[in-house]
Amino acid sequence: MTKTQDNIETEALLDPTSPEMPESLEQLIEEPLWKIRLRLLRKTASENWVIFKKSKIGLVGLVIIGVFALMAVVQPILIATDVWPGSIYDPVVGNEPNPPTSFKTIVPVGEVEDPLTQISQRDALLVAPLANLGDEIQIRLQPAPPGNGHILGTDPLGRDVMSQLMFGARAAFALGIVAAVVTVFLGTTIGSISAYFGGIIDGFFMRLADLLLMLPALALLVALSSVFIDYELWHLAVLIGVLGGFGGTAIVLKSQALTVKVKPFVDAARVAGGSNTRIIFTHIIPNVLPLSFLYMMFTVTAAIALEATLSFLGLSNIDMSWGIMLQLAQNEGYLLSGTRFWWLLFPAGAAVTLMAAAFYLVGRGMDEVVNPRLRRR
Amino acid sequence: MTMTDSTPQSASAPSSAPVLEVDGLVMHYETEQGDVSAVENVTFTLNHGQALGLVGESGCGKTSVAMSLLRLQAENAKFLAGEIRLNGKNLLGVTEAEMRHHRWNDISMVFQGAMNAWNPVYRVGDQIQEAMDLHYDPPLSKAESWEKMGETFELVGLDPSMLERYPHEFSGGMRQRAVIAMALSCNPQIIIADEPTTALDVIVQDQILKEMKKIQADLGMSIIYISHDIAVIAEVTDTIGVMYAGKLVELGPTDEVFARPKHPYAYLLLSSTPSVTGPRRKLAPLEGEPPNLLNPPTGCRFHPRCPFMTQQCVDEEPPLTEIGQNHQVACWNWDQVPVTIGEKLP
Amino acid sequence: MTEPLVQVESLRKLFPISKGMFRKATDFVHAVDDVSFAIRPGESLGLVGESGCGKTTTGRMLVKLLDATDGTIEMSHNGTRFDIAHIEKDEMKDFRGKVQMIFQDPYESMNPRRTVFDTVAEPLAVQGIGKPNEREERVAELLTRVGLTPAASFLFRYPHELSGGQRQRVAIARALVLGPSFVVADEPTSMLDVSIRISIMDLMLKLAEEFGVSYLYITHDLAVARYMCDRIAVMYLGKIVEIGNTETVLSDPKHPYTKALLSAVPVPDPSYKRPPVEIKGGINKAINPAPVCRFLQRCPIATDYCRENDHPPLEDKGDGVQVACYLVEKKSAPAPV
Repeated sequence: MTKTQDNIETEALLDPTSPEMPESLEQLIEEPLWKIRLRLLRKTASENWVIFKKSKIGLVGLVIIGVFALMAVVQPILIATDVWPGSIYDPVVGNEPNPPTSFKTIVPVGEVEDPLTQISQRDALLVAPLANLGDEIQIRLQPAPPGNGHILGTDPLGRDVMSQLMFGARAAFALGIVAAVVTVFLGTTIGSISAYFGGIIDGFFMRLADLLLMLPALALLVALSSVFIDYELWHLAVLIGVLGGFGGTAIVLKSQALTVKVKPFVDAARVAGGSNTRIIFTHIIPNVLPLSFLYMMFTVTAAIALEATLSFLGLSNIDMSWGIMLQLAQNEGYLLSGTRFWWLLFPAGAAVTLMAAAFYLVGRGMDEVVNPRLRRR
Repeated sequence: MTMTDSTPQSASAPSSAPVLEVDGLVMHYETEQGDVSAVENVTFTLNHGQALGLVGESGCGKTSVAMSLLRLQAENAKFLAGEIRLNGKNLLGVTEAEMRHHRWNDISMVFQGAMNAWNPVYRVGDQIQEAMDLHYDPPLSKAESWEKMGETFELVGLDPSMLERYPHEFSGGMRQRAVIAMALSCNPQIIIADEPTTALDVIVQDQILKEMKKIQADLGMSIIYISHDIAVIAEVTDTIGVMYAGKLVELGPTDEVFARPKHPYAYLLLSSTPSVTGPRRKLAPLEGEPPNLLNPPTGCRFHPRCPFMTQQCVDEEPPLTEIGQNHQVACWNWDQVPVTIGEKLP
Repeated sequence: MTEPLVQVESLRKLFPISKGMFRKATDFVHAVDDVSFAIRPGESLGLVGESGCGKTTTGRMLVKLLDATDGTIEMSHNGTRFDIAHIEKDEMKDFRGKVQMIFQDPYESMNPRRTVFDTVAEPLAVQGIGKPNEREERVAELLTRVGLTPAASFLFRYPHELSGGQRQRVAIARALVLGPSFVVADEPTSMLDVSIRISIMDLMLKLAEEFGVSYLYITHDLAVARYMCDRIAVMYLGKIVEIGNTETVLSDPKHPYTKALLSAVPVPDPSYKRPPVEIKGGINKAINPAPVCRFLQRCPIATDYCRENDHPPLEDKGDGVQVACYLVEKKSAPAPV
């Protein structure tokens, strides 16, 4: 209590800064309003950027996102310019025609102790039907370790892992951003409307939110996969967005909208004759929006993690994503082979973790902008 | 009368002995935009049994001074110069553990809004006892402390049986009385009351101020009242210090300062305070707004708003000078300030 | 005598004490109970009382932020009459142009994400008056008149770039932009610093004359009411207990509550000795009040007559002052005791 009191006193001392505007009133009135608003927007944005910059974790998040964005943009360019020929480097249908080879000894089924140097008799039948137990045969290595023009090697089907990783970044951005936009749009609108009108409208939306919060999202999505057969990327994005938007986000944003609703400036707008729609859209939502953006960041994190989980469980119908990369590795039995096939597990796993973390970190950085109380003076 | 050493709880000490001396205190807040000069060279003494009032607008540094006296200043505050001496001992030099001992035992506090700081799930008596357990050495037995609390409750005009009640059973005025009782529970020599009645209605405010005046007289305690309301200060203090923009600009006996304010700020403040007595509207409004202390005005900090401003005021800082019996003013042109309040100014 | 600008008749507001979703409330807080007063054009009425006395509720009913439970609020403006309590939807827009409000908290009464221009021009935008450039001109003119000069440097500032006093000036400009004839001012200076308070009050007095506006000035501070208002109404637990010319009421308060309230106000003059305050304690809420004088419990002079009869009516007791007390004798006429 004592601290805040002194801080209030300090705050009262701070001088207002004057924005850079034309000096004379005539000039100001002549200038179109949108130009002035644009300038004010730029000024606010640059002020917020200064605050955001001070939180190092936010910057780290932004740098990571930047790297992934670069990857997402560069991959199709490399393919289109034939630097990476599509037949080899396409993340879904590409195939390395000349993989490295290695010699393996044929051993009885069940005695394969080292898959790099040994091959079971049954598998050997497929490539060398005439070979006998104990023979050494030359076979094409798939998955192949990094090298031979493949920065991160190839997957069990001979496709380039780096290209898949880059393509996966694009999928993650698309998914995360669509899910976040849907969540925030629904959450902000529903939260503000519930808070402003209260009563039955509020009761309905809040009970719905309770219901969605009660059901675990993952289990619900698994159950829903039986309806959608297999999720395509945009199905998943919209579904995750809807679950968040009608669920937890709506509750959080409603409580924020409630604190805005009782502010005297809302009363002032009513005395000025403002309609309910006008009050919601010009007074309540703009004051809830900073928190909405914060929740947008957290939704991206959640969406990326959920997609990876569902793909890993084989419940999605997505051509290529980080989750699919992991699922393939596990389907073909490389998941439990330790670090020997690291290029199949580590890049995709790290990408999911880093991307999810990056959006979370940016969210934390934005928290400092949104919540002046957290700011250090 | 001999000069006895001023031991704690000695109500019989000579009234002229200073119990608290603030000497050249300078305190700044470090902010992202730069240093805020919140308290600048403030000097005053508080004698035994004296009621000192600090009055000024928000941001003038009065609360910062109060917090400094208790060493409860904000984290970004730093002391650049000066001493705060309690019975001759510099409080700015002692350890935090020692300071904790001085708080409550020697200096206690009644803050604005403290009445809302009661924990709703404990009985009021238990909460006061908790504070007493921390500060009595050797600790009192439960029976002793409840007896002591009962006495203080009676002092502030509450029934001792209220100790067994929970905070929500108290009205706002009663809660503030209980806060005062808590402040009295360790027999402090000094109470700092920061806006003690600001949140209360006038009739309750009147009762609490009367109660505090009576307690002060009965126990021979020293009180520092801090308020933006000069009418409240006029009622309860015998000495008043007027603060403006981090500086003490006028210090003197309350009767004297209210009858003949000599600093233009004090003069204008009195002229522009509406009252239910006297003429309905006065003629000397205070123009402008308080300065930004990130970048305070040069010379006298009041000069941009002062009707008596000269070049000297812009260039040189006026020192606090004695102009009468215990009456000090920091102004180059104090002799030009009219004698009657509300006169039309140049 | 001119026709009153605002005529409030038997205004009541009861707030139900909620007992849960499906049970009908049976207990009510009588926040405003049978209040009547009139405000003449160009005259300002001060509504004073302690917190919880119903003064703010009355003000909010007058600007239609709250619906009255009962009673009428008639307003006449250029020959047209409105009944604010029973206003039709199509008259609402017209009404908003004529009655405005200034709020207490300068820090919360402006939307932090909108500029000074947006705030002041909002009533114009809602009413669809003028093109953006014309609105800018009108707002700039008002900013100049409320003392925010040069207007160009204030037009596109955000609230956080203004001091408390400057924000309250913006709030005054917003209230006056449609040229209303009546403004409810709810403690507009109580959160400002002393040195700024008086300049805002002077500004409001000056603008009242220039714009021909009447104020209903709500305040807990009798000294402020004296500075601002021609007439004053003292409220206690939802009832007006005394109403009359400000100087008459304050120099010779008749109701025991007014007397106590007046003598409790600290005076910035150490040599002034206030009369003793004769009442104790704080006030409670009027929940289903018994049919006796509301002030009975705290009254220092109550008699058996007061205990047996309903709340006393507001009656003229001479000097143009109306008092709701059985024990106040009408000048030259005996009280009915």
